[in-house]
Amino acid sequence: MDDQLSYAYAVVRPVAALERDALPGVRGVADAPVTLVHHGDVAAAVSPVPPADFSEAALKAHLEDLDWLESVARAHHHIIETLGAHTTVLPLRLATVYLDDARVRDMLGEQEKTFTALLDRLADHVEWGVKVYADTSPAAARPQAATPADEPDPGRAYLRQRRHQQHARDDAWSSAAQAVRRIEDQVWNLAVAHARHRPQQGRLAGETGENVANDAYLVPRRLAEEFRDRVLHAVEEFPGVRVEVTGPWVPYSFAQAPEPKAPEGAQQQ
Amino acid sequence: MTAYEDPPLARRQVALIDLLDRLLSGGAVLTGDIVLSIADIDLVRVSLRAVIVAVNEQQWGAFVPEAPLPGATLVEGDDRHDEPR
Repeated sequence: MDDQLSYAYAVVRPVAALERDALPGVRGVADAPVTLVHHGDVAAAVSPVPPADFSEAALKAHLEDLDWLESVARAHHHIIETLGAHTTVLPLRLATVYLDDARVRDMLGEQEKTFTALLDRLADHVEWGVKVYADTSPAAARPQAATPADEPDPGRAYLRQRRHQQHARDDAWSSAAQAVRRIEDQVWNLAVAHARHRPQQGRLAGETGENVANDAYLVPRRLAEEFRDRVLHAVEEFPGVRVEVTGPWVPYSFAQAPEPKAPEGAQQQ
Repeated sequence: MTAYEDPPLARRQVALIDLLDRLLSGGAVLTGDIVLSIADIDLVRVSLRAVIVAVNEQQWGAFVPEAPLPGATLVEGDDRHDEPR
């Protein structure tokens, strides 16, 4: 038991209701109880996890396992939402693990100022996800391949077909791109920050059409509903373009702490 | 226990892919003592994408949206493929 590791979910501004009401009875990753580690004006939500599953080597292997990853991700998210219902939350990246709670407290002490500044920025803000899809349906994007009789050179037939598909797709994408800009025009005075995720593809994406933009916006809570309405209306006049709004999320996409070696290009104002 | 579950918790289950976008490329990155290094997380993301979100760099390159908001930023700022122009 003593050698359990400490899984850190988030840094929060502690409020009494968390430890009194919200956290008792809640189970986190590895079905363990979640507690707060305090330092000054901030606290970290943590729970014990077994080294057998959360050591560096074990994590590397586990993270390739989608079922395992999903269970950890959902448990992590559940805790973030629980915290977010009561206070301002700075979510940490999945699988942030420390040797023990004392190390977590050290970490809080070293970066308390940074955390306080980030929490100030996120207080009373929510994140909306805005995903824009282009209809690249088969009829438009996938004409029949030229038959060998039409085109004696299979290489050229292939290239011609590719060009055709590419043009159809470009049209659909260009319409969706306009919709994305329209959304940005409509919401720029509501959102305080904007981040882009990579467009979603693959079997987990599970949506019709191609995901052209997968964005996140940081919005003051009091403007949250207005933001959502504006986004939904903004795309109405673009045929073949669909928008999906997800959230409101605890602001995961706006939680980056300035790192010693800041990644190039990732400057949030 | 459910008494404390505020409305946000009672909502529908979020899509895993939206969650992973946020948990693997969002969230504050702390350099803890035994955590996976950031490089390892990148590796995980790369190999995960091979399974769940096949990367098609050409496709991404075909559309580089404008970023008119001053705060616009690429969440995956450490990714090589998708620098905003």
